[in-house]
Amino acid sequence: MADKMATRQAYGKKLVELGEKYDNLVVMDADLSKSTMTAEFGSTYPQRFFNMGIAEQNLYGSAAGLALSGKIVCASTFAMFASGRAFEIIRNSIGYTKANVKICATHAGITVGEDGASHQTFEDIALMRTIPGMTVINPSDGVSAGKLLEQAVAMDGPCYVRLGRAAVPVFYDENAQITLGKGNQVREGKDVSIIATGIMVNEAVMAAEELAADGIDARVIDIHTIKPIDEEIIVKAARETGKIVTAEEHSVIGGLGSAVAEVVVKNAPVKMAFVGQKDTYGESGKPEELKKKYGMTAADIVAAVKSL
Amino acid sequence: MDYTQFEKTAANIRTGIVKAIHNAGSGHPGGSLSAADIVTALYFKEMNIDPKNPKMEGRDKFILSKGHAGPVQYAALAERGYFPKEDILQLRKLGSKFQGHPDMKKVPGIEMSTGSLGQGFSAAGGMAMAAKVDKSPARVYVLLGDGEIQEGLVWEAAMSAAHNKLDNLTAILDWNGLQIDGRNEDVMTVAPVDEKFRAFGWNVINIDGHDFEQIFDAFAQARACKGKPTMIIAKTIKGKGVSFMEGEYGWHGKAPSEEQTKQAVEELGGEW
Repeated sequence: MADKMATRQAYGKKLVELGEKYDNLVVMDADLSKSTMTAEFGSTYPQRFFNMGIAEQNLYGSAAGLALSGKIVCASTFAMFASGRAFEIIRNSIGYTKANVKICATHAGITVGEDGASHQTFEDIALMRTIPGMTVINPSDGVSAGKLLEQAVAMDGPCYVRLGRAAVPVFYDENAQITLGKGNQVREGKDVSIIATGIMVNEAVMAAEELAADGIDARVIDIHTIKPIDEEIIVKAARETGKIVTAEEHSVIGGLGSAVAEVVVKNAPVKMAFVGQKDTYGESGKPEELKKKYGMTAADIVAAVKSL
Repeated sequence: MDYTQFEKTAANIRTGIVKAIHNAGSGHPGGSLSAADIVTALYFKEMNIDPKNPKMEGRDKFILSKGHAGPVQYAALAERGYFPKEDILQLRKLGSKFQGHPDMKKVPGIEMSTGSLGQGFSAAGGMAMAAKVDKSPARVYVLLGDGEIQEGLVWEAAMSAAHNKLDNLTAILDWNGLQIDGRNEDVMTVAPVDEKFRAFGWNVINIDGHDFEQIFDAFAQARACKGKPTMIIAKTIKGKGVSFMEGEYGWHGKAPSEEQTKQAVEELGGEW
C-alpha cells in the first residue's frame, strides 16, 4: 500500500485513454475541469469536450441530448451539484430515457475538507440509487476507479460514479479482478463482516488488522457497486459471520448501510451497525480531522464491531 | 402560395387533440391547440423525416419541450403516418403508449421524453451539439411554452446554445400569453421575450403562429442564419380553433365534455 492517489485523478487519466478507444466519447464539465480532472481530456480532444459553465442543470440536460444522439457522455461536476442541484434533470432526462450518460461526480463526502458543509454531500448515493435503472458506483481506490470507469463506459445506460477529492492509498494491484456489480472480498474473516464502500474500504482493512490483535477475525468486503448490489456476497457474509458493520463516507440514511440492510433483512437477518455521517452537516477542516470528528475512521469501525 | 392543405391538416390534428383529450377525461387542450399550426408546419414540410423509418440516420428532430401539449405531437405523428390515427384515443389510459406527457421509449417519432419544463430545451441543445460534433446537416427544432421560460434551466440552455453557435437549433416559443394560474403578466412577467433572447445572443424572429406563410418564412430565415441559434416567437391563441376555448386559461388543463367535444369537432371541421 505504497502510493496514494485520489480517485478523481484515476478518472482524469482513464478518460484520456478511453477517448482514444471510443471516438464517440464526449466529456462535459461545469467550470471545474481542473478539479474534476476532465481538463486533460479537454486539451487532448477539444472537439469532444464541452465546458458548460456554472450551470449544472443544463450540463445534465444537454448531456442527455448528446447521449440520445449516440454519444457516450461523461459529465462531471462536484457530487453536491450533480446529485443535488441537477437531481430532477438526471431523473427525468437521463434516468427515464435510459440515456447513456456517466455522471462522474467528484469531491464527494467529508474529505472535501476545508470547503465545508455546503460542498460536502452525504446524500448522493441515497438519491441516485432511487432512480430506476441507475447504476451507482463508488470506487475505493485509484486502481478500481480506473477499472470501474472503463466498465461503466462500456455498458449502455446511466451510471453515477462517485469520486473523491483527497488522495487515498492504492491497495488493489493492477491485475486485481474488479467487476461492475460484484463485491470484492478483500480480507477473509469469520467473526464479523465489515462491508465498506469508497475510501472507507481502506479504513475497514485497518480496522480489521486492529481487531485481529484483539482476537476478532473480521471479513472485509468492498461494495464498489452499490446498485445493482451484489446480494450473494452480502447474504453469504451474513450467514457465515453472523454480524455486519457497514462503513461509508455518506449519510447512514439511505446509502450503503441501507442498501445492505435491505438485502440482509430479506434473506438472512443479522445484527448490524452503521458507520457513516450521522444525520448532520459537516464543517470546514482537514479531511483527516473531519473523518475523526464525524466518526468515519478505522477506530469508529472497531468501536462499531465491538458494539454488536 | 396556397396553404389550404396545411390548414386542412391542422384542422385534422386539432380534431384529434380534442377527441383524444375528451376520451382521456383529462389533458391540456389549450396549449395543444395553440401549437397545432407550428407543429403541422414542422411535420408536413419543414423537417427531413421518414414515418416508415423513425430512427433514420441524419433526420431532423423535433422536441416538444412543453410536454403537456403531448396530444398535438401524438396527433401530428399519427396524421403523418407514424401509427394509426385511432391509437391516440388511448391517451392517458393504463398501459397506453400515449402517456400524459410524451415518452420516447413508447412512441415512435418522439425524440425526447418531456413534461418537466425546460428539460426538452436543454436536451435539444445537446442534440444540436451532437450534430455539430458529427458535422451532420441535421437540424433540431424545439417548442417551448411561454410559461415554461420562467424556468431557470431555459436560460442556462439559452446561454449555452448561443455560446456553442448552434445555428442548427431552432426554437419556437408558443406565446399564447396564458399559463395555468392566469396571464403570464399576472403570474410572472416573461416579456420582453424578444429582447431577452436577443441579449442572450439569439437570432429572434417575431411571427403570427397561426399564419403558415409567416411560419415557413421564419423557418427559412432560421436555416439561413449562420453562427446563432434562432428563436421564433410565435404569437398564438390558446385554444385556437374552438370558440369557447380561445383565450381562456381555464382550458389549460381540462377535458371537454361530450357536448363540448361535439361542438368543437363541428367548429374545427377536421377528420379524425
